[in-house]
Amino acid sequence: MGKKTVLYQEHLKAGARMVDFAGWEMPVQYKGILAEHEHTRKHVSLFDICHMGEFRVTGTGAAAALDAIFARPVADQKDGVCRYNFLLDEAGKVMDDLIVYRISDAEFFLVVNAGTRESDAALIRSLLPGNLVFCDESDATAKLDLQGPESAKVLAECGLDTALLPAYFRFRRATVCGIDCLLSRTGYTGELGFELYFDSDRAAELWNRLLAQEAVEPAGLGARDTLRLEMGYALYGHELNDEVTPLEAGYGPMLRLEALPARVFHGSAALRNHRITRTLVGIRLDGRRAARAGCEILNRENRVIGRVTSGAFAPSIGCAVAMGYIETGARPADGKVLLAAERATLEGELCAPPFYREGTAKTI
Amino acid sequence: MKRYTKDHEWVEIDGQEAVVGISEHAAEELGDITYVELPAEQSQIAAGDSLGVIESVKAASDVYSPVGGTVVAVNSRLEESPELVNASAEDEGWICRITKFAESDLEKLMDADAYAKFIKAK
Repeated sequence: MGKKTVLYQEHLKAGARMVDFAGWEMPVQYKGILAEHEHTRKHVSLFDICHMGEFRVTGTGAAAALDAIFARPVADQKDGVCRYNFLLDEAGKVMDDLIVYRISDAEFFLVVNAGTRESDAALIRSLLPGNLVFCDESDATAKLDLQGPESAKVLAECGLDTALLPAYFRFRRATVCGIDCLLSRTGYTGELGFELYFDSDRAAELWNRLLAQEAVEPAGLGARDTLRLEMGYALYGHELNDEVTPLEAGYGPMLRLEALPARVFHGSAALRNHRITRTLVGIRLDGRRAARAGCEILNRENRVIGRVTSGAFAPSIGCAVAMGYIETGARPADGKVLLAAERATLEGELCAPPFYREGTAKTI
Repeated sequence: MKRYTKDHEWVEIDGQEAVVGISEHAAEELGDITYVELPAEQSQIAAGDSLGVIESVKAASDVYSPVGGTVVAVNSRLEESPELVNASAEDEGWICRITKFAESDLEKLMDADAYAKFIKAK
């Protein structure tokens, strides 16, 4: 019996099918995954993301301290900006991916995955200098994702001046339906969208006020997964885990290791000496049938060259897609691969993500 | 009159043919169906043989034939529109039609009431 978010009863009332996710009882679907996926791409959906973790780090020198912890630079991050980042271990392997919100040089808000919240907190605490304050605010913080081309219109109808909506990957404080939030222009769907962080005591209130808007429908983790997969976004535990560095996953350029040779962060020594032996790729399959996580990837000569990390039917594309790691140097020249799915061998072709290219994330 | 298997397939006699599909309950458990593998026409099968696979976003399930015989028709609409199984699992979402089956195969199976009790008890 897993942990429940503050919206658990709302999900039961809405007839959601619940599943365990990272030790939490979460809604996998309400009306159905395909309907929720489509509604997000065409209109706007609301996701309960209260299970994720939120930390606040405050004190003089916070920026420099976090710059010495996370894989991507923090020192040059501007106030009001969100940056996707990685927490590594000493071997340069990924402990988590997260979003770093810089409020000021002396105050940061970190948003981490549900399953790694405790281990992240322990590691970050152990690496922070003594003068800085680390606070795990997860239990007191509700998070809702409002995603879809109509999301800005919904927020306008909830009292927000559209001129004040944050730009892509920026955030600000805002009052939504009378509730004070941290509002960021971030998300996991590829559509225009926002993430709202606010007092968990008011979660049911804001959830219901947003759903009262005609265009808004609830969406669960099933649709969240098909939406992010179509965009080629990594999911911790699949594309990112403690056996890979960010380099294998293709995030090398974001780390700027060569541009900043003097930069030291937790795991940087190992990372600078690390030899990549596999690379994350996208695969577009020939039909509707999916090759799921764990399936072997083979070349057309039937040699095993890698393994799928995520795979599913992609509703907005009409065929199945997958992501996986392929041995360096084993990449077929013509891009054609085979996937050993549980019940059949499927054909596919390497295809750099995003698989879906009509996302509205940057349209305003 | 439909009969049901413990694996949630249904079978119904229509003239000389037995029509086969998966139950509403099975379709609902699977969630949104994204792919249906249909058996080959003219294939000879025994009761309990695999007819194919039904895949949903999150799961996959083998379909087992409730009866033995010869597959004479398959519902090719399911190739382009697998969601028909969700919309109408026990009617328009039929999977295949089988001839030369044995009536005794059906007698072993649950009727609608027995199946309803069976799924409630799970």
